[in-house]
Amino acid sequence: MTTTDTGGSGSLSSPYLDRIRTMRHVRNGKERIIEAILFVAAFCAVAVTVAIVAILLYEASTFFEHVSLVEFLTGTEWTPLFERARYGMLPLLVGTVVTSAIAFLVAGPLGFLIAMYLSEFAPPKLAEVLKPFLELLAGVPTIVYGYFALLFVTPLLQKLIPGLPGFNMLSAGLVMGLMIVPYVASIAEDAMRAVPMALREGSYAMGATRFQTAMWVVLPASFSGVMAAFVLGISRAVGETMIVAIAAGQQPNFTFDPREPAATITAYIVQVAMGDLPHGSIGYQSIFAVGLVLVVITLFFNLIGQMLRRRIREVY
Amino acid sequence: MNQPKTLDDNAAMVTETLKAETRKFNFFYGDNQALKNVDLPVAERRVTALIGPSGCGKSTLLRSFNRMHDLYPGNRYEGEIRLYPDDVNLVSPEVDPIEIRMRISMVFQKPNPFPKTIFENVAYGLMVRGEKRRSVLEEKVEEALRGAALWEEVKDRLDDLAFNLSGGQQQRLCIARALASDPEIILFDEPTSALDPIATASIEELIAEIKEKVTILIVTHNMQQAARISDYTAFMYLGELVEFGRTDELFVRPRKKQTEDYITGRFG
Ligand SMILES: Nc1ncnc2c1ncn2[C@@H]1O[C@H](COP(=O)(O)OP(=O)(O)O)[C@@H](O)[C@H]1O
Ligand SMILES: [Mg+2]
Repeated sequence: MTTTDTGGSGSLSSPYLDRIRTMRHVRNGKERIIEAILFVAAFCAVAVTVAIVAILLYEASTFFEHVSLVEFLTGTEWTPLFERARYGMLPLLVGTVVTSAIAFLVAGPLGFLIAMYLSEFAPPKLAEVLKPFLELLAGVPTIVYGYFALLFVTPLLQKLIPGLPGFNMLSAGLVMGLMIVPYVASIAEDAMRAVPMALREGSYAMGATRFQTAMWVVLPASFSGVMAAFVLGISRAVGETMIVAIAAGQQPNFTFDPREPAATITAYIVQVAMGDLPHGSIGYQSIFAVGLVLVVITLFFNLIGQMLRRRIREVY
Repeated sequence: MNQPKTLDDNAAMVTETLKAETRKFNFFYGDNQALKNVDLPVAERRVTALIGPSGCGKSTLLRSFNRMHDLYPGNRYEGEIRLYPDDVNLVSPEVDPIEIRMRISMVFQKPNPFPKTIFENVAYGLMVRGEKRRSVLEEKVEEALRGAALWEEVKDRLDDLAFNLSGGQQQRLCIARALASDPEIILFDEPTSALDPIATASIEELIAEIKEKVTILIVTHNMQQAARISDYTAFMYLGELVEFGRTDELFVRPRKKQTEDYITGRFG
């Protein structure tokens, strides 16, 4: 930038004017490059998502050339390995629903209570000590949880429930719930912390206790965020694979009884992907069809979750 | 105890009943002393205004009266704030801050209605006290909303969310909320600084009405406002109470140079 002469800048006399003008081009150029990089990054993320859905749709379409959509969605038998194979996905769906529901019954209340405690009751120093432990719990690989369920929780449950099979949805669901607790707790806690201090002060100034303030002011103020935490937690449970594949067994079993073994959508996908069925067969193609169902379910929950999360930001 | 007391050593002497009084009051945010040796009398059913440049400790002093500082760790009171007629030191650790906050309400700078209905907002203080009888709640809510000049505007939509009210209405709702539980003192911390002139005028009118029944302590950085609505004014500077007197005296014949500089707009 050697534009020290001000000759060309017309009637304006500032010696800096030319420099400001040249800088402007440099500035704009730089910003455009940065913008472009950011755009490409964002575009990649979207493109990958679209590509996944497109591949699923394409592969699933060859499956649906052989199996009717009605049988797929309403059939209660899932036997791709049998000679007369049946492709009714309800057993897988029910397996997913039952394990996810158990997981939610654990993760919802526990995550909520932990979030409420950390945000409203714990002394700040204690909260700082506790939170890394939660994050640690969230960082444990799911395969460890899976074997924890199979080798520790199931034997424990068998003492309480005589005749409980070695593979069962109860144990898998409970452990999956434990795994999701930190996730639910941290989203819910974020939502509660986002409640402005001014609201809490308003409540305390009326003579409210900590508990009254938490239940009557912080909770309604963070309601949509807490709901978002629940919904995103459920979505995590629906998509979770390892724990259910290891601890719930892998036979598709059309039952709502949590004591029974059953396969979930995800467990079935790993099982097939690991190689029981020849590539290109209808059975193999079926994983794309159930995968599509899985994507639709989790997408649905995630969209609701994100919508609820956005609502908190709009209020404050 | 509750004896009449002279509140002004300036020209016109007036006898007032004291509602509260700080004595050699100091306040610390950790190691940072925000109030130094403050002696402030608060006359019953009068409006006492706290003025002074930003950061001089007005809010800190106000929030000491309802023990707001107890909510945050590391804060410390020293000295006394005596509350009459019972003559207790309300900042003493033996005194329950919740009881104090039930007797001394507060209205904040920015309206902070709860994410609840209009009715629930006003009934909040009563519900906190365990009042569940619907008839009592309804009666008190109406009374408080009338007291805050808001009843006519909201009587048909008590079950609407309070967020849907305008800024001025929200602040009057917060005043109704403070009134509903019959407090002895209401603390106002710059209650009109987030409002337009019309809403400000209506809040000022309201304060003039409320003081018939309740003692009022108000922080304002608007000197015209202090002059318009208060009976007594305290000028604070750097954590100290520089001058206290009847409002009509203090603004016309300030005794201290600093007060004069401030009210004539030479600093602050
Ligand atoms: N939470 C806090 N922690 C530490 N210092 C504070 C805090 N709040 C206020 N202060 C300090 O105390 C002094 C008085 O503040 P404040 O009472 O808010 O003044 P005012 O209301 O008169 O503007 C200021 O110097 C301010 O920086
Ligand atoms: Mg202030």
